[in-house]
Amino acid sequence: MSATVQMTDRFGAFGGRYVPETLIPALDELEAAYAAAQADPSFRNDLSSMLSTYVGRPSPLSEAPRFSELVGARVLLKREDLNHTGAHKINNTVGQVLLARRMGKRRIIAETGAGQHGVATATVCARYGLDCVVYMGEEDMRRQSLNVFRMRLMGATVVPVTGGTRTLKDATSEAIRDWVTNVTDTHYIIGSVVGPAPYPRMVRDFQAVIGVEARQQVVERTDGLPRTVVACVGGGSNAMGIFHAFVEDADVELVGVEAAGEGLDSERHSASLMRGTPGVLHGALSYLLQDAAGQVHPAHSISAGLDYPGVGPEHSFLKESGRATYVAVTDAEALEGFRTLSRLEGIIPALESAHAVAWMTRERGRWSATDVVLLCVSGRGDKDVAQVMEMGILDA
Amino acid sequence: MASGLATISSDPIAARFASLREVSRKAFVPYVTAGHPDPNRSVELLQGLEDAGADVIEVGVPFSDPLADGAVIQASSQRALEHGVRLDDVLEIISRAALTVPVVLFSYLNPLLRGGDDVLERAAAAGAHGVLVTDLPLGADPERERWFAESPLAFIRLVAPTTPAERMAQIARTGRGFVYLISRLGVTGEQATLSPELPRTAARLRAATTLPVCVGFGISRPEHARAAAQLADGVVVGSAIVRAADRSVADAIALAKSLRLGIDGS
Repeated sequence: MSATVQMTDRFGAFGGRYVPETLIPALDELEAAYAAAQADPSFRNDLSSMLSTYVGRPSPLSEAPRFSELVGARVLLKREDLNHTGAHKINNTVGQVLLARRMGKRRIIAETGAGQHGVATATVCARYGLDCVVYMGEEDMRRQSLNVFRMRLMGATVVPVTGGTRTLKDATSEAIRDWVTNVTDTHYIIGSVVGPAPYPRMVRDFQAVIGVEARQQVVERTDGLPRTVVACVGGGSNAMGIFHAFVEDADVELVGVEAAGEGLDSERHSASLMRGTPGVLHGALSYLLQDAAGQVHPAHSISAGLDYPGVGPEHSFLKESGRATYVAVTDAEALEGFRTLSRLEGIIPALESAHAVAWMTRERGRWSATDVVLLCVSGRGDKDVAQVMEMGILDA
Repeated sequence: MASGLATISSDPIAARFASLREVSRKAFVPYVTAGHPDPNRSVELLQGLEDAGADVIEVGVPFSDPLADGAVIQASSQRALEHGVRLDDVLEIISRAALTVPVVLFSYLNPLLRGGDDVLERAAAAGAHGVLVTDLPLGADPERERWFAESPLAFIRLVAPTTPAERMAQIARTGRGFVYLISRLGVTGEQATLSPELPRTAARLRAATTLPVCVGFGISRPEHARAAAQLADGVVVGSAIVRAADRSVADAIALAKSLRLGIDGS
């Protein structure tokens, strides 16, 4: 199996397994364990039970009457912010921890940017009594100190990463280095639809519950499908999670919103799909911010969770095939989106999700009042409140 | 070249191992990051390593995200990048060094992908004889693996302690020059002792291929080099030399000389 061609693990030309040889047997093992788990009713029952009794699924679909009036469409919010730990990330960590237990791995490692994936991983590790080590860029630890405390409170070890840009990119590299070193007893829970196969597909499958629920909820509520589905894209796991159930619905427009940071022409952004070129980072071929010599260009975003120069390979495929559209909003627009949803709906979105809100605000008027737009609120903004407060946006 | 030698191989790396084997010597293969500590001293270091008795030299292409490397080589890569060293500059450094021993380019895939369709030909023209890609394992990308295999450079492949025996044989069949055996689980970097698993892993690889085998990762002292040389055809030392070069080129060359003596067992 290990020597067979892995082209089936691609999305068009994208994806693959560009990793050191040491990891290939572990990826084979993971792929086999995942396939066996998918076919095992007891795994599916355990996962489903954890999602309903621990995570709090299904997450609600909220009407957003005042925001709908602002943008001129009927906006429905998929409330991943109401999950335990406050974001969609836990859908994936529950799945992967159950898988690690099946594989007999007692040590879990993860990377984190904003800290949401780290918190979700520490949470589920505490629940099952597994050792948990989270790699986090020093710069992100400063920006998200509350999440660092949360992880430590739940018994995880948070390791500061001081190399490179000290953000998510370098935390991911450091987690991979740990995995190469401790591969026999350790499972690496990647937090997004990135990394070598089978991660992008597996993480998407664990996040696909978002779209499966939302599609059913929208159909029940409106007697039809949405015209547009909108989600923010960093690595792209909440977007793949909500898109997946709609990919075959050709009339449903899929829109991914990247971080334009200080502007798409500023070189300080994270818009890999809009401004990047195909390249290899962290085990996959995908769109990447890089210079002409193939060195990875540092990303920037006001939101630590979108601050990543790469993107999941399936998004690259959806872009190239034209099935999904990718757009970007700036830091300033995202802050405005943060305020808009807070004021109009009493929902403080994560700065990541605020990018999707901001794009809809910018595009108000492109829909008719009867159009249904499904917007993924991937996480809650509590983690961002201190950062935004310092910026003084109430005075603006 | 004498006609007798030409029948051994037209490939300088294979020829080097064949002639070492004739005199029962093992290869000393130092690694350096191109452009570290700076471009000029990098050239000086390469020439000094040749004089210190290197049989093959691995030249690392600096990369922003070296996920198979430990702290020492990461830092050297970062420093080279800060000096503006990119792939074309690496080739210029190799060319300026004008070495007589074979040179193996040691790179992550992405800088090579961005180097253009003729990058491997340009590398050969600059004086490289082989290429080793840390993040392109067997079967990961058949089209690009073919690109390396059909290039003028010997495509050197890596085997890990976790690689099953059957896959070892498959990997070796697609490689040329030598097979690089990663001595232990983990990234590049020095360690106090050799992995206790190494003799068994080396024996498995020996049984799977007739290509020369070079052992690397974690070999930093003359006594490690001597022990590893007894298990393989050559010994790669990277981080220890790079760390010495952080102090001075002279220190790195002095270490290289002691490693050469360690390998030769005197």
